[in-house]
Amino acid sequence: MTAVKLYPPRPDKVYLFGTCLIDMLYPEAGLDSLRLLEREGIEVIYPQDQTCCGQPAYTSGYHSEAREVARAQLDLFPGPWPIIVPSGSCGGMMRTHYPDLFAGTEDEAKATELASRVFELTEFLVHVCHLTLDDRGAPEKVAMHTSCSARREMGLADTGPALLQRLGHVELVEQERASECCGFGGTFAVRHPEVSGAMVEDKSRALEAAGADHFVTSDCGCLMNIGGRLAHRDSSLKGEHIASYLWRRTS
Amino acid sequence: MSARDSILGRLRDRQGSALVAPESDFAVVTGRGWSREERAERFTRWITSVHGEVVRCNTADWTDALAGVLAEKQIRRLALGRQHPVALAARDALASHQVELIDADRDIEAWQEELFQHVDAGLTSTRGGIAETGSLWLWPDADEPRLLSLVPPLHIAVLDVDAIEDTLFDVITHQGWASGMPTNALLISGPSKTADIEQTLAYGVHGPRELVVILRDG
Amino acid sequence: MNQPVQTFTPQAFHQQAHAALENPQIRANFRKAMDGLMGKRREAFSDWDLETLRQLGANIRLRALSKLPDLLEQLEANCEANGIRVHWAENGEQACAMITEICQQHGASSVIKGKSMVSEEMHLNAHLEQAGIEALESDLGEYLVQLNEQTPSHIIMPAIHLNTDEISDIMHDRTGTERTRDVDAMTAAARAQLRERFMAADVGVSGVNFAVAETGTLCLVENEGNGRMTTTAPPVHIAVTGIEKVVEHLADVAPLYALLTRSATGQHVTTYFNMISSPRKAGEHDGPKEVHLVLVDSGRSRIYQDDELLDTLRCIRCGACMNHCPVYTRVGGHTYGTTYPGPIGAILMPHLMGLEATKDLPSASSLCGACGEVCPVKIPIPDLLVRLRREAVGDGVGNVPGAGVKRSRKEVAAWKSWQWLATHPNAWRGASLIAGSFRGLAPSHLGPWTEYRTAPKPAKSSLHTLIKRHRKEQDS
Repeated sequence: MTAVKLYPPRPDKVYLFGTCLIDMLYPEAGLDSLRLLEREGIEVIYPQDQTCCGQPAYTSGYHSEAREVARAQLDLFPGPWPIIVPSGSCGGMMRTHYPDLFAGTEDEAKATELASRVFELTEFLVHVCHLTLDDRGAPEKVAMHTSCSARREMGLADTGPALLQRLGHVELVEQERASECCGFGGTFAVRHPEVSGAMVEDKSRALEAAGADHFVTSDCGCLMNIGGRLAHRDSSLKGEHIASYLWRRTS
Repeated sequence: MSARDSILGRLRDRQGSALVAPESDFAVVTGRGWSREERAERFTRWITSVHGEVVRCNTADWTDALAGVLAEKQIRRLALGRQHPVALAARDALASHQVELIDADRDIEAWQEELFQHVDAGLTSTRGGIAETGSLWLWPDADEPRLLSLVPPLHIAVLDVDAIEDTLFDVITHQGWASGMPTNALLISGPSKTADIEQTLAYGVHGPRELVVILRDG
Repeated sequence: MNQPVQTFTPQAFHQQAHAALENPQIRANFRKAMDGLMGKRREAFSDWDLETLRQLGANIRLRALSKLPDLLEQLEANCEANGIRVHWAENGEQACAMITEICQQHGASSVIKGKSMVSEEMHLNAHLEQAGIEALESDLGEYLVQLNEQTPSHIIMPAIHLNTDEISDIMHDRTGTERTRDVDAMTAAARAQLRERFMAADVGVSGVNFAVAETGTLCLVENEGNGRMTTTAPPVHIAVTGIEKVVEHLADVAPLYALLTRSATGQHVTTYFNMISSPRKAGEHDGPKEVHLVLVDSGRSRIYQDDELLDTLRCIRCGACMNHCPVYTRVGGHTYGTTYPGPIGAILMPHLMGLEATKDLPSASSLCGACGEVCPVKIPIPDLLVRLRREAVGDGVGNVPGAGVKRSRKEVAAWKSWQWLATHPNAWRGASLIAGSFRGLAPSHLGPWTEYRTAPKPAKSSLHTLIKRHRKEQDS
């Protein structure tokens, strides 16, 4: 279980760790995360040498490869500021698995210290920024899929929905079995495509059945999976990262 | 080397780091602080929720309640002990009734067929009850053997309100179970049931179809 | 509807998953059952401080494991003092031989069985049959599965893959019971069929939920009464269990029992909690005259060597992990091809069968964490799944039989090139290289992904580039 996290006061500066999926496939989500933070008067530092948190190799069992990739990130955040990650999956990797991954190595203390400064984006916006939102969008119904890593590994089932509820013209609808996995699971989707396919089909149908005009998620793995499934069968339901959604409706 | 010695040897020569036993804080399974009436109420609510029936009566009149149950359930042959005060009182009270009383304190080998096929109900005492789960606890003995509460289609159990405790943990610790367990100790919480056919509850799959608790008070 | 006897193996996980996913009946049966079980569990814990209770459960199991050899010796000494004969078996084969021998010593021709997953693990019924001894399952679900010549598809609810109509057909075809949709009627028919067998059985074989070292007590949890019948009616009772099932104190079973029933089926309590501490004593009138306890290792002492894998042995076999597993829910228990299916099977069976046979099981999880979240003794199942994946692709040195079986040069090379890229930021920023590196990881490139989904399009500009541009705009 996730330990109770004590939240710091709002800082002047933060780091942004953009994640590899956002970098390659959904860069707007990263940029919108940065914009939301900057609008709060926070200076956002984006270290240009960042690449990937190492999770794909970690969950596949390639821990030395994961460790080397993770090690390449450890020196990129030297200041005492929070590290904001717009993904529960990568955030969970850095917060909960870095200390174990580096246990017994010379970088253990550094990894543990870094882990203590990791915040998932919606967590940071809710608990540290106490974000208020001025919704300028048209009324619509939106459904949220919270990633399993955000929900279980980081204990953040509520922060995404809490932000959506601050949008005045948006009605948050809940899909059946909201807490069930969408079936992405990184390399799981590739190693067990049929099972994963059955899971994402159920998830995408549940989102449609909830009557949502739009869906959002805080993880681009889930977005790629659910959105890809919906697109594959030409559904009218489209999704985006919650950072983009929040920025789009309030800018 | 025997299997025993090699298994224990591997466990003792464990490769990993020394294992430390964490503390166990049992507060979460004790200290309910319920009153006598709350205990009776909870016991009744829980055991009723799993299809048990509770007949609450004055201790002085309990055999009338028993006679009522036997009449209502149309019991013709009732098996029971011969020494426990519950059995003695029942025998006294039922002497003039139509019900045939069957001695349960016999070697099973002598009457297995009869017990399995020709007994309508078994009457037993209980040692106590558990409020939190609606459970009876029994220590079957020579007078009231183990199969008496299991084989007949109806089990009638006699329980005193004062013998209900809050939780299983309380019973085990307060009653000093660890210092001397009987051949068989039992918790019974309702009649036999199964949900193995498409999660549909059905009663009396192997044990009693019905459980009636005569709850004696005062 | 007489289905041909089907054998499931872990090696054929993919094919079996395919067949299950294509079978609407299986899909519907499991979905309905798992939805119901999840709801009942939630309800059953609603008025509990669940986290505190789970922590207590975990601590009790950890304490027992920390003293395992001492507790086993204490259990043995106390059982023997009470008159229960204790036997030790290195593996299932030895255990089957011991049980068969005890049966033969008593001239037994029929054995009645209470539910025991350890006996499934060692294929006891088949061994007994080879020795000319008939073994009949008496748990209703196990009975139905046995009639249908299948294996259990769930560790608590063996016949959960079957619906009422299918069960009616099975009972009709195999026992001549009249076809009906009335569950009470079918239950009554099974009661009558099995009562005869309880009376006639020479030996009763059961499992054990908790073995208490302090008192030499065997605890059995059940609803039907078949467990009590099995351990009381026949003249000989043989209990068989894994060496990890021991707990230190009698009081330890109170919280474990509270966790077990609520986690398994959402019941606040089961109908029976049956605690056996000795055979029939002089003057007592029923119960077996002989009680045997067979303690089986079967790879457990090997699991015990490893600080991380050790957590596998905390398990109290409630099945909550499978009830909450989105993979199990979709493919059902038989797909795993192992005695224990679902998440607990995926972390336990590699030790019992080796990774070569079971290599697809640890990867058959999206690591969603639902199993770990509900585990009543807080086994970190997702971490253990990752650990076994690591063992499967690692250098073959370790505590798991078959370690390294999945190591392939191609895949290692793919991860090595990914590592190189992700540790060379300049190269990383040359985004076109990346897609190629990831494609190498998929067994058949993007094929499986795009069968169900539209492929994601690499962005025109990476986040690195977008942010540089954003900074320039801010500066100008």
